[in-house]
This record gives sequence, structure tokens and C-alpha cells, in this order.
Amino acid sequence: MTIRVLVAKVGLDGHDRGVNVITRMLRDAGMEVIYTGLFQTPDSVARSAVDEDVDVVGLSILSGAHLTLVPLVLEALRTKGSDVPVVVGGIIPDEDADELATMGVAATFGPGASLERIVATLEELVTRR
Amino acid sequence: MGPRCSKAQSLLGASEVNVDQESSRAKWRDAYDQSTSAHSRGRTQSGVDVDPVYGPSDAEFPGVFPYTRGIHPAMYRSRLWTMRMFAGFATAPETNQRFREIIAAGGTGISTAFDMPTLLGLDSDDPRSRGEVGRCGVAIDTIEDVADLYDGIDLSSITTSMTINAPAAALMAMFVANAEEHGTHRSLLGGTLQNDILKEYQAQHEYVFPPRPSLRLVRDTMVFATNEMPRWHPLSVSGYHIREAGSTAAQEVAFTLANGLAYVELARRAGLAIDSFAPKLSFFFNAHIDFFEEVAKYRCARRLWATWMRDFYGAHDEKSWQLRFHAQTAGVSLTAQQPENNHARTAIEALAAVLGGAQSLHTNSFDEAWSLPSADAARVALRTQQVIAHETNVTQVADPLGGSWYVEELTSQLQRDAGQLLEELLEIGQGSMLDGCLSAIDSGWFEGHIADAAYEHERLVQSGERIVVGVNAYLDDAPGSSPTTAHASGEDSQVARLAEVRRHRNSENVAHTLASLRADALDPSINLMDALLAASRARVTLGEMMDTLAEVFGRHQVRAR
Repeated sequence: MTIRVLVAKVGLDGHDRGVNVITRMLRDAGMEVIYTGLFQTPDSVARSAVDEDVDVVGLSILSGAHLTLVPLVLEALRTKGSDVPVVVGGIIPDEDADELATMGVAATFGPGASLERIVATLEELVTRR
Repeated sequence: MGPRCSKAQSLLGASEVNVDQESSRAKWRDAYDQSTSAHSRGRTQSGVDVDPVYGPSDAEFPGVFPYTRGIHPAMYRSRLWTMRMFAGFATAPETNQRFREIIAAGGTGISTAFDMPTLLGLDSDDPRSRGEVGRCGVAIDTIEDVADLYDGIDLSSITTSMTINAPAAALMAMFVANAEEHGTHRSLLGGTLQNDILKEYQAQHEYVFPPRPSLRLVRDTMVFATNEMPRWHPLSVSGYHIREAGSTAAQEVAFTLANGLAYVELARRAGLAIDSFAPKLSFFFNAHIDFFEEVAKYRCARRLWATWMRDFYGAHDEKSWQLRFHAQTAGVSLTAQQPENNHARTAIEALAAVLGGAQSLHTNSFDEAWSLPSADAARVALRTQQVIAHETNVTQVADPLGGSWYVEELTSQLQRDAGQLLEELLEIGQGSMLDGCLSAIDSGWFEGHIADAAYEHERLVQSGERIVVGVNAYLDDAPGSSPTTAHASGEDSQVARLAEVRRHRNSENVAHTLASLRADALDPSINLMDALLAASRARVTLGEMMDTLAEVFGRHQVRAR
């Protein structure tokens, strides 16, 4: 089964070097990747996740606003009745990663995370469902 | 009015730039003898006498067209680069405090980092700004914040730069209106506005309006500055963000110069004589980790700009030919792993910028892979420049790497690669660089090139073919932990401050100036600066100005892929 991933940029953060590269690398790894483009709202991300019926959602946030934005995305997904796993990539300090995990984020990937680890984690999350 | 393609072909013959080498040395000698540093004596630490520049009699020399070796005949002997540190976080009073610390530590210029909402023209109390206020830079909503930001800083001796693009015209209006409210006439104001909107669509992605109406705002700032602000640089053409987004060195040069030439055409279409505004243009390049390639990059950029401006656009003033640039060490080269290693990276990159002839330099702090810099880390970054300037003696000789077979060949090779891209863009624009840049933005040409290069870099890092110390090699056994977050964002206090300004302003004035702004925006022949100045004085917020303009201009739509 091909894993379907929604990759999303939420909030005002225009840094998209990472999200562009990861989109391509996940495709190289055989996944089906839908990229939302920049400046999405928590609600539009949740809507895309449900409409596209994806297996996992990856949020890219490099602006430091993750503790504000991620819970809003999780809430929007819950409101739509979705329990799709959410992972976050970006500049996430360790203590924030712990907090995100408590909120229900399935995994965080900081700077320099290897593609190998990202792919393995996504595969495991999807298999576990 | 598009210059002819055929003429461009002859420009791009790479290293065969038409240098009158016989007279380069003689011209340099004359210019050097007239400079204030003519009698300065260079010596190594051990007492060996050092000339201001080296090279055989048929070589190129600095301060002489095409300026490969630098724009000044005496380079740093006549004047050191400006140590311009980029800073901004939380609220205006807090950033003002950091500016004062930088100046007290010997910084000779300041550069303002704005937060994401400000960069996108949103007020701090806009729901879309939640969580982002004061996070990546300082939050500015009204002229009152601008007053706090530069309070007590002598803007005649410390020049300031504002890193802002989509709302640049509005910020410039707030800056000018604030200075005039405090008794300084606009004609006396020095400083630099980044205002390079083209690269936003290509790389940085902090745009608001579509490209064409955005260019009208750039035009208005250029015309206003040319006519009324002789000391102001209304535009800093920026390759930095293009490189950070993943481009190669040659792409950085080509896309930046293409944008610069596009603005030249824009100003000419607005009726400005080329030599009246081109000397006001400045550039901003990355200082990346491949040491010799970066030195060669600056050399080839100067050579290409001088050649295009003189031979293609017909500029006569030497100052129009000279490419002046600010450099910043590469944020993307910093690693979150083993962050102390970043000190070494920044020092090497800063040295490349200096050996490449930068006029101004920002050095990143070692902790910036994790957060905005702490005060201590920012001080070490500034000290790194001071060590280069005062201890290493590299400032005594202009273009000390000139004549190296490797650096000369790399300069020519980058020039050929960048020249080909410039030629391609001119072809896309059917003879107009402005039209070429716009078409290539519309088609995603720039983003495609940059994304390919970024992907290739990441592929090399992932496969281990390109070593990044602490990331894919030489890992520490014990995993390091991230530094603690440097500061609170001040979101609540900024929102409260904005509410207070809204309470105390005259709402009739607000409505009236916004109506005038809207009316002026509807007529493309009108310069919007006067309406923006009036709105600034009426305490209209940045978000209100930008929303009003968006009603007329529309908003840039993102392409999904």
C-alpha cells in the first residue's frame, strides 16, 4: 500500500526550502505526497487532510510559532473527526518537542533529521494504525 | 523599452571583458594618490612593508572599471567595512535596547529584523498574527513603534537598514514621518530599505500584492528617494535569500543582478535618468562556506554589474557601474548539532566576505540554528569582525587573492555561468530584463532552479558525499541539547500598545487618510508616498494601510504543487 502524506505549511512562515526538499525525498521513497503550499490556516490543513484521506500529516514550521499553531491544527482535525497522525518538522527545541508529544504529536523532526529516520517513522506510524 | 539582445551576447563572453589593461594600473595609481590613505604605510606583524595592492603592470586594479578587484582604489585602507548587525525581537523598546548594546560594543551600523506579521503587513492584533508577534523579529504596527525603535540612536552617525519588502513603502513613510515629527528633515536621513520585492516571489516568499502592483510601490519609493532623500538607499537588491533558499553561487549572482537590472528598467520607465538613481542602489549577498567560491563570486558580480551598466544600459557615472554590497554569513550553514562549531563557520565566511571586498557585513551568532541570537552570542559575532578588521592585517591589501590562478579561473567560470542565466532571462523578456524577471516569476522558473539546487545539496548530505561536521560526520556520542529559548515574544504587551494607539488617535483623520490612499492607489500615475506619509502621521496602522492597498491591488495567490 502506498502511503499518502499531506505536507503542510501553516501560519505566516515562508521558509519552504525544507518542505520542498522533503516533499521530493518522500516521493523518491515511494510515498504519495500532497503539498498544500504556503500560508495555510489550521482549518484548511485539516480540511485537506480529510478531503485527501491521507495516512499522515506533516507540518513544517520554522518560525517558532509551533506551540501556538500545532494545537490549533490538532483541534481542527479532531473537530472533523480525524485521528490521522501528525508529525512536525522544523526548529523545535527539545522541551517544546516534549510538549508537542503531550499534545498528541506523533513525532518531531529537528534540523538535520535523516531522511531514513523520517521515512521509517512515517511507515511505522501508518502500519500501527 | 528593451535594449537589444544582440548587444548582450557580446557582454556575456565571460572573462573576455573589455578591460583596458594598459591603463588600469595608471588609473588606479592616480585614484590612489588622491585618496586620503595615499600616505598610509602597510606592514606585516613582523615589520615587512606591504603595498596597498599587488599585480603585474597588465593586471586589473581596484577602483577601476570593471572593479573586479574592488570598488575603491585603497579598499579597507581608506575605510573599513560597516559592521552592521541585524537585530530585532519582541517589541520596539526591547529591540532598541539591543541596538544600543550593539553600538556600545563597537558596531558601526544597525539593521532591523521585523517579525512575520510586520513582514506580511498584518497588525499584531490580527488573528492571523497569533503566536508570531515579536517571534522572528520586532513587531511594528504604527509610527509610535518606529519612534520607540530608534529612540536615542543618532541616525546621522549610525546608519540604519530596514529588512522589509512587501510593506517597505509604508515602513519608509513611517520612518520619514517619525523623523520629521522629531525635527529631522527627510533630506538629511541616511539609511537603507531592502525593498527588493522580486526576490520575494523567487525565494523568500514574504509577498502580499501581486508582482506588478508591488513594483509600482518600489517605483514610488525610488522616485521619492531620488527627488527628496539624497542620502537614502531605497533598494538593496538581495541575493542572500536566494542562496539561503538553496541556489548555487552562480544562480545567486545571476538572479540578483537580473533583479537589479529589472529595477534599473523600472526606474527608467518612471522617467528617472539612470545616473540619478543607480548610484543609490546597493546589493546584499550571502557569505557561504565554500571559501574561494565566495571570493570569486563577489569579484565576478562586480565585473558583470559594471559591464552591464556601462555597456548595455549606457550609464555614464562611475558610481552607477560600481556594485556596493552588504554581506551576511550563511544562516543555512549553521548547524543545530554541536552549535559551538558555528563560531568557526561564521569566522571563515566573514573572512571570505572581507577578502571579497564587502562594504558592510553582518556575522551570524552561533546559536541561530535554534533561535534568535542571545545578547552574548551576538557580541561574539561582532567581535569576530573586529578580530578580522584589527588583528589579522588582511585589510592592508586590496583583493589579496587576485592573481591566484584558482581564484581568477573560478571568477571567470562563475561569470560565464551567471552570464548565461542572465542571457536566458533577457531572452525570456524579449530584450527586457524587467519583463524577463516577471515572466520567469509567473512560470516558476526561478523557484524551479532554486529547488533543484537545494534538492541536490540535501541529496549529497543524506548520502554522505558532502560532509557537514556534527550532522553526518564526527557525531558526538552524547546527544547535545538545544539552547533554551532566548526571549519572550512580547505579544501581549504589543497588542496592548496597539490598542492604546488606536484609542488615542483621531478616527476621522484615519478614515480620511485611508480614503486618500485608496483613491491614489486607483491611479497608477500617482506616487503613493505622500498618501502613506499622511496616513503614518494619522497613526494609521501598517495593517490598515496594507489592507486598503490590497483592496485595489489584490493579493498574490499561491500556486499549489
